[in-house]
Parts: sequence; structure tokens; C-alpha cells
Amino acid sequence: MAQLTYREAVAAGIAQEMRRDESVVFLGEDIGAAGGVFKATVGLFEEFGPRRVRDTPISEQAILGAAMGAAMTGLRPIAEIMFSDFLAVCWDIVANEIAKSRYMTDGQISLPLVIRTANGAGSRFGAQHSQAVENWAMAIPGIKVIAPAFPADVKGLIAAAVRDPDPVIIFEQKSLYAFKGEVPDGECIEEIGKAKVLRRGKDCTIVALALMVHRALAAAEILERDYGISCTVVDVRSLVPLDTQTILAEVALTGRLVTIEENPRLCGWGAEIASIVADEIFWELDGPIIRITTPHIPLPSADLLEDNAIPSVERVVREIRQKID
Amino acid sequence: MNKTTKKTPPPATGADLGSEVRLDLYRLQLELRYCEKRAYDLFLQNLIKGTSHLSLGQEAIAAGFGVAMRKDDWTFCTYRGHAHTLARGASMEGVLGELMGRQCGLLGGKGGSMHLTDVKNGVMGSYAIIGAHLPVAAGAAWSAQYRGTKQVAVCFFGDGTTNIGAFHEALNFAVIWKLPVIFVCENNLYMEYTPIRSVTAVEHPAADRASAYNLEKIVIDGNDADEVYRTAQKYMERAREGGGPALIECMTYRHSGHSRADPGKYRPEGELERWLERDPIKIYRERLLQMGMVEATLKDLETQSMQKVDRATEEAKASPLPSIDDIEKNVWADGGAAWRN
Repeated sequence: MAQLTYREAVAAGIAQEMRRDESVVFLGEDIGAAGGVFKATVGLFEEFGPRRVRDTPISEQAILGAAMGAAMTGLRPIAEIMFSDFLAVCWDIVANEIAKSRYMTDGQISLPLVIRTANGAGSRFGAQHSQAVENWAMAIPGIKVIAPAFPADVKGLIAAAVRDPDPVIIFEQKSLYAFKGEVPDGECIEEIGKAKVLRRGKDCTIVALALMVHRALAAAEILERDYGISCTVVDVRSLVPLDTQTILAEVALTGRLVTIEENPRLCGWGAEIASIVADEIFWELDGPIIRITTPHIPLPSADLLEDNAIPSVERVVREIRQKID
Repeated sequence: MNKTTKKTPPPATGADLGSEVRLDLYRLQLELRYCEKRAYDLFLQNLIKGTSHLSLGQEAIAAGFGVAMRKDDWTFCTYRGHAHTLARGASMEGVLGELMGRQCGLLGGKGGSMHLTDVKNGVMGSYAIIGAHLPVAAGAAWSAQYRGTKQVAVCFFGDGTTNIGAFHEALNFAVIWKLPVIFVCENNLYMEYTPIRSVTAVEHPAADRASAYNLEKIVIDGNDADEVYRTAQKYMERAREGGGPALIECMTYRHSGHSRADPGKYRPEGELERWLERDPIKIYRERLLQMGMVEATLKDLETQSMQKVDRATEEAKASPLPSIDDIEKNVWADGGAAWRN
């Protein structure tokens, strides 16, 4: 087991797949010679050269369009969109083209491609460089959506995404890039569509994603230690496909569901999970479903404001304590 | 035809193409014309639903490229893509069946008129969002370049596309990576209902932008199948040999409105009539006769083409409707639509 940072795991995952398969290519803005603006792709340009690791102009439609054209003709491209907010300028290619092509052509076109993007708050970048937009992608049929919380998952899920025959979008949480964790030695591959139970408790089941998984774990520690409330924590990892079996089973065990979402309130991914739980295991619930989200606002920039907008450990503790006691 | 037209290829009257190619070009233009007219008739009979954008009057472009392309080259079309799809050898009953929402349709009824695709014949999709397919075509060209296959991607689009961002992103991208992609602007003078001249800063919406991307200005007569064919060959060969992309503006005119809903009333009086004089099929027929082709040969081609359209129509009409079970098929590579376990 090696200790890697989340950002090192990104490069390690891409490198593992590029070594294995010559058809894997990587493109994006500043990803090559510069090693990425978040330094998540350092070393790839040096190892694989400019033919396979290609710096692009600031042309998000061209980046994703090129990835799509390459994928339908035999390559397995990985495309980086520097900030997930920028998906808005190439959303046509994601939502209208990449996601729909297989269906519209009745299976003639396959798009084995990966879109990686830095998502989420915590860096004081303001409303256009900090959004958590995983719920946008989840709303589009035809694209898989994953958001890892730990370096081992980053590496293993990137590998799985590259090998997947369908398009996959990976939301990397940018304030986790410095987070260190154990990553297995040797080839590393995870399964897309599997949630992970990180701890088990008896009073409630917290379902979280990416950065919020870390907040859920920290909150669960405090709730147990200071208030005697014991929580199960489930890392969703994959929004599409969604591991409803694990989520439903874990919620049924505690009788309470708490979702912690970084996305703004309306149509956040937790709403879908709440709806599934209410539909399918309503009689297993001992109390109302609790959704803890960012308010329905554009994100503010100042550290005090940003910290109080996205769900904090303190807020999670407070809300669970108030509503579950 | 146009004062600024820069006719790069030689005049289209020589015998250099050979009669086989010329008859191919004539036959293909006829098939495209008859099939589009049939599509219109089927609309009037309410056998085709939804919308449809016909290439009537613009057939020489799809035909010229279709005949010039290598079997393994790729075509990227717009929503006005029936002709370009057929020009690569897609089955006509597959096209008409798709328009009619039948099981025999190229896409099994999933895509419709605006999304015709036939991967086995190199038709890599018809794209209904203006400009979206230019970067996609560049990506296919990148794949050909990366794998060293010498395939070329040909991307057709209308004059209106030149004012959307993806056009500019794709051109710059294709040039800096020297990609084997040919961008073909079919300038039919109207972006949907509005004259392109009235909403564009330059006279030639594509060609006058070429210099911004270090590309040659190329404007050709899009109603002359020989000229289209020669130009296509020239720039596709250059692209195959690593010479990079080209942007070709083909001057043409659509005989019908923008879509099924548009009678084209905004056109100044006499404009359509002037262009009908330059109908690509009419001028091609006259040329073939001048070159010594026998009237009976042309008549035979005309009869055969009409028979092909008639047969395809009957086959499409006879095809069953798609199965309701197909609704949730082929979202994913496993053939299904499951988003949860």
C-alpha cells in the first residue's frame, strides 16, 4: 500500500490505463506540459509524450467534441474540463450529443470516453469556479456519473471509467486534491455503480458523496462520542448507476436517512434517493428523511460565507442531533 | 456565378472524370432528388411525421462528395442530412423507413429525420444542434491521424452554422492539430428564414473566415457536381497525406423552404426561378448530352432511380412499426436502460 494524494491518484489512474492500452489518449487545457492547473496530471506528458497527452486551446466544445469523435472511431479518450462550472459552455456536447448518441442511433454508436472535471467548493473561487454540479449530469439519461472521495477510489474508478463502454463523467472534488490515503499497489480497478459502507451505526444512515463523505465521517465521530448517536455512513461513489440496493439495505437497518449534498437544494441527488427510499421502504422508516444541502444560492466567495454555505461538520452534527434525538 | 468565386478546380467540361464517374454522379443526384421528393409526398400523406429538412436543389454537393469519398471515410451531417446519408450508400428503405417511424428505419425509429446514421457505410451521425458536429468530425479525424489509417472526415453544414461558436472552435482545433477533416459549408443563402447576408459580417460566411484560421479561401459552385467532385478529391487527398483540413464553401440554393413548415415566402420574387435555371440535375443532364452521352442512357438511369425510390417506399410502408419494448433499449452498451440496481 502506497500513500498517495487524491491528485496523485488521478495521474496514477490515467497512467495505469495509458500503459495498458495504446488507444487511451488524454486531452485538455494545460494538462500536458503544465501538469494541470491542479497538478493532478503531473508526469503524464513526460511519460506518454505530446502524441497521447495533448494540450488544447480554451475550447471546451472542441475538447469534448473531439473526444466524442475519437471515441466513436476507435480511441478511448479522457477529456479534462478544468472546472466543472465550464461544463455549461459545452453542455450541448455532453447532454445532447455524448449522452444521446447510442440511443438515437439504436446502438450503432459507442462512446467509450471519460470526462474528468474539478468540482465543488472550498477554494474561495466564487460562484463560477466552485459549484457542485453532479446533479446536472445525473439528470441526463445516457451518461454515467461518479464522484470519488478517496485516493484509492480515484485511481480505481478512473480505471473502470476508461474501460467502460459507455461515457463516464468523473467529478473530482477540488478541495480533496491534497487529501492523502492508501492506494493498493499494482493494478487497481473498482466497479462503477457500487456504494461503499464506511461505518455502521444503529441510529441513522448518512448517505454522502465526495467531500461530504469526509464531513459525514467527522460528524459521525462527534455524534457518537458526544451525543451517543451512532451513524452508518455510506459513500455513494456513483450517482449513475446508483447502488440503490446498498442504500435501501443500510437505511432499512437504522430506520433513518440523512443525505449530505454539496449541490444546491433543488433537484439535488439526495432528492432522488429520498424519493426512492420513501417509495420503496417507507414502512422501514422511523422518522422523516433529512436532507442537508447547500442552500439554493449561487456560492459566495469570502471564506466565512463559503464555509457557512456548504454543509459543514458542525451543521451536520447540529441537524442530526436536533432531528434524531 | 458570383464575382468573388474563386474557382480553384479546372472548368467542369472536360472529359477527365470519365463517363463512369459522371454517370455515377448523375445517378446519385437523381436518387437524392427523387427520394427527397418522395419524402415530401409522404409528408403530405401524413406517413412521415415530425419535421424534415430537404436538400432539394443541393444534391450536387452530397453527390460530389459521396462519389469522391473512400469507403472507409466518415460523413458527419446536419439535420438536413437525408441526401448525405444516402450518398454514402445507406439503404433507401432504411432512410424512408426511419422518416416513417418503421422498424426497418436506420435507427429503428429512435432517431428520425434529423439523426440519420449508418455507421457501416461511414455515416457517423446527423446532428440537429447547429455546429455541434464540427468538433466531433475533428475528433474522428484525430483518431484517423493517431491510428495512421489515412481516413478523412467530411463534415457538412449550412451557412447559418458559421455564426456559432463551435464552428470557430473546430476550425482552430483542426488547423493546429493538422487534422484530416474537410469542412463543407453549403451556402444556400438562408439561415433558416433569414438571408445569411443580413446577419453575417462578411460576404462569404465560411470562406471569408478561412484566413482567420490560416486556411485557403475556397468558394465553389455547389450546383456543379463535377466541380464539387474535383474539389472534394483534391482536398481529401491532401488531407490523407497529412496536409491538414480544408474549408470549402459551396454556393447553392434550396428549392423548398427551411423545413416542412416553411413555404419559403420570404424569398424575393424571381430568385427561386433563377436558381431553378441552375438546377444541378438540369445542368448536369445538359452537360452529359453535350458530351455525347446518349439520351436513352440517361432515360434509363432516370427510370431506374425512380424505380429504386418506389421499391424503397413500398418496403418502408410494408415494414412493421417498432416494438414498444424497444423504448428502453440501447441507452447503454449492455443494451438496456438501467440506472440503478
